[in-house]
Amino acid sequence: MIHSAPPMVVVGLLFGIGLYGVLARRNAVLVLIGVELMLAAAGLLFVTVGSLTSDAMRTGQVMTIFVITIAAAEIAVALGVILAVFRARGNVDMAQPGESE
Amino acid sequence: MTTYDVLFTIAGAISVASGLLAVSTKHLVHSALWLIVSLAALSGCYLVLGAEFVALVQLLVYVGAVVILVLFALMLTRAPIGRSLEHDTSLMQRAAALVVGAATAALLATVLISAFGNDKVRVNGGTTHALATRLFGSWVWPFELLSALLLVALVAALALARLPISRGAGHDAVQGAAK
Repeated sequence: MIHSAPPMVVVGLLFGIGLYGVLARRNAVLVLIGVELMLAAAGLLFVTVGSLTSDAMRTGQVMTIFVITIAAAEIAVALGVILAVFRARGNVDMAQPGESE
Repeated sequence: MTTYDVLFTIAGAISVASGLLAVSTKHLVHSALWLIVSLAALSGCYLVLGAEFVALVQLLVYVGAVVILVLFALMLTRAPIGRSLEHDTSLMQRAAALVVGAATAALLATVLISAFGNDKVRVNGGTTHALATRLFGSWVWPFELLSALLLVALVAALALARLPISRGAGHDAVQGAAK
């Protein structure tokens, strides 16, 4: 038996923390860490709702596995983009303007 | 408070606290390391909720692979070791980000609690056997599609790594590669 409120509070807090990380960081890799925290909150919500309701399809857990897989693919491509930007600009500072023509 | 409540609160508190440190620490590398703690504690949350397979996948994929990728990216972008203020935005923007983040957290928690209530419910995690039956039964086509997605991501990452980019002439090099 578990109360359904604590997981929901953790979901909200993790998502808010991730959003803060995306908005408050200038280094592109640190922005990605914020995105990862938001994806983790989404996964926790899937598992929580799947565990608190009776669902024969196991949608909550299956969807979380899918989210984790997509997040892994996303971060590989995103880090490739960040490294390409670093090679072109010499930094990954998102507050600096892009290349001037 | 039941045992599940206590265990979940402990794991959730560790996850939230280390997530907070991950987005606020001034050391670049510490940020990735706190992310490990946060995601590992989150897999503890999954265990409490009865999703042991998801917890193991979380540990293997996130803590084992994703964070290592992040650490490599920090290394390859010549991240400064030690305390540095250069990777945070201005104080004004951080205050605004704090307000937005806190408001989103409060909104999400309120909406979710009002939607699901605070009842005591039985944890219905199911067994890994049932999950596997579903994953390779009802969900097999999305699952196969995901393997194609991983292949596409692999090829895309390789293609990005092979882009002929040199510093300063980045724009021209990208255009040259496109021709």
